[in-house]
Amino acid sequence: MTKETVIHVKNLTKKFDDFKAVDSISFEVKKGEIFGFLGANGAGKTTSMKMLIGISKPTTGLATVAGFDVYKNTEDIKKNIGYMSQNFALYNDLTIKENITFFGGIYGLSRKEIKEKTALLIEELNLQKVSKKLVGSLPLGWKQKLSFSVALLHNPAIIFLDEPTGGVDPITRRQFWEMIYKTANQGTTIFVTTHYMDEAEYCDRVSIMVKGKIEALDTPKNLKNKFNAETMNEVFIKLARE
Amino acid sequence: MSINIKHISKSFKNAEALTSVSFQVNTGELFGLIGPDGAGKTTLFRILTTLLIADEGNATVAGFDVVKDFKSIRKHVGYMPGKFSLYQDLTVEENLAFFATIFGTTIKKNYDLIKEIYVQIEPFKNRSAGKLSGGMKQKLALCCALIHKPQVLFLDEPTTGVDPVSRKEFWEMLKGLKQKGITILVSTPYMDEATLCDRIALIQDGKILQIDTPQEIVKHFPKKIYNVKSDNMYKLIESLKEYEHHYSVYPFGEFVHYTDNRSDVNPEDLAMFLKSKGLKNIQINKTKATIEDTFMELAK
Repeated sequence: MTKETVIHVKNLTKKFDDFKAVDSISFEVKKGEIFGFLGANGAGKTTSMKMLIGISKPTTGLATVAGFDVYKNTEDIKKNIGYMSQNFALYNDLTIKENITFFGGIYGLSRKEIKEKTALLIEELNLQKVSKKLVGSLPLGWKQKLSFSVALLHNPAIIFLDEPTGGVDPITRRQFWEMIYKTANQGTTIFVTTHYMDEAEYCDRVSIMVKGKIEALDTPKNLKNKFNAETMNEVFIKLARE
Repeated sequence: MSINIKHISKSFKNAEALTSVSFQVNTGELFGLIGPDGAGKTTLFRILTTLLIADEGNATVAGFDVVKDFKSIRKHVGYMPGKFSLYQDLTVEENLAFFATIFGTTIKKNYDLIKEIYVQIEPFKNRSAGKLSGGMKQKLALCCALIHKPQVLFLDEPTTGVDPVSRKEFWEMLKGLKQKGITILVSTPYMDEATLCDRIALIQDGKILQIDTPQEIVKHFPKKIYNVKSDNMYKLIESLKEYEHHYSVYPFGEFVHYTDNRSDVNPEDLAMFLKSKGLKNIQINKTKATIEDTFMELAK
């Protein structure tokens, strides 16, 4: 398998005063891959992600995302990626349709494209009956599924998901992962963080950050073998506890 | 009995947050309230800690009525809300001293109770609370909720968004507190934490789905569950959903948990079907239900 590399990171470092939040990390992510980016609270995951999506300048090191440089081409990066986090949801006081139209506009889609995408998305998510309801009135799980779809409106090469399933009920959490599989299957690269270790098992490859460094990076199967563990939870605890 | 909840209902505008919730928590018990965001967990906690009044029903905590005796309850319970609610610009030690003073006690007097937890953050006692890491904030909040030696401790989602290592440590601390005789009501969206409680209530959409020990809850799962695995997870899920006898198909870590709408699965037939869909390295093995399986079945 020689798929193209869509994220290229080499010795990427971010310092805040004397503190190295991210300490010379290196990895590559291929097209269509589901890449799990794990680590304890404060290990440097969010700082790393901010550099990759072009909103924080690295101190040293190299990185390209979708072919664009994280120092020079941050605007191009933003056009070619999708981003969704637990906190950045949609506008609660706009309806589902209005949110899709708004974000479609932001992403530079034509009126025709927005119309087509809106119809498609509402059908796929089974939201026909509630499309004119305010987003604020939807259950959390629906909101998360909707914001995932909205983050994909402009067909980005890569989507970054920052703890997308925190607090979501177990059934919706699984429906969400089925959407992730489907999206990856269509060639979009998935870069995802999570605290649910069963979800780490769903990733093609997983990296684990400890104190600013990537201490492990492999398929879930190889990591479990290497650390002589039954589950990814055990791997995580063995690594992060030093 | 330490907590007695009878037919509590609460609505906000047109949304029903709790619908006739009833259960009891015994003295010294570690009781888990397990359910996703929006299930009504926080509303129930706020009613039990006298911060909110129910529309219907009644409840007692440590023998006191949550409406009539609200002042007494506040002296006898500790409450750690889901959101970090300490003073960010006071130091670790100042926060703790503040809460001790409010409750008419001193750090020294109840130090035994918090010692094991507090020693972990004591090296940072002069740091302002706002500058602590997530794990340390959580430990400080727990110390502050304990400093007046409460009989009953309410912990609202103490481990949400916390990494697996810190979560494990936190549950070890709870075990220690339970041994000191404190009754604990804890809520969590993480189903795997349910097994660490003496008894649990599963809650969704403001209704209690089931109450029992974690062992009994999984024992009563109505179906036979199989672990299914193959070389391609996405295709496997899609294919299982096309199998005419399928009842539920849920990814669980490296496996899919599969149940059949017949009394039992025919593994040979299923394997043949999956092979015909082009899947390879197929494994089908019986497995045991987890709390999460039960929750999904009840919430279906």
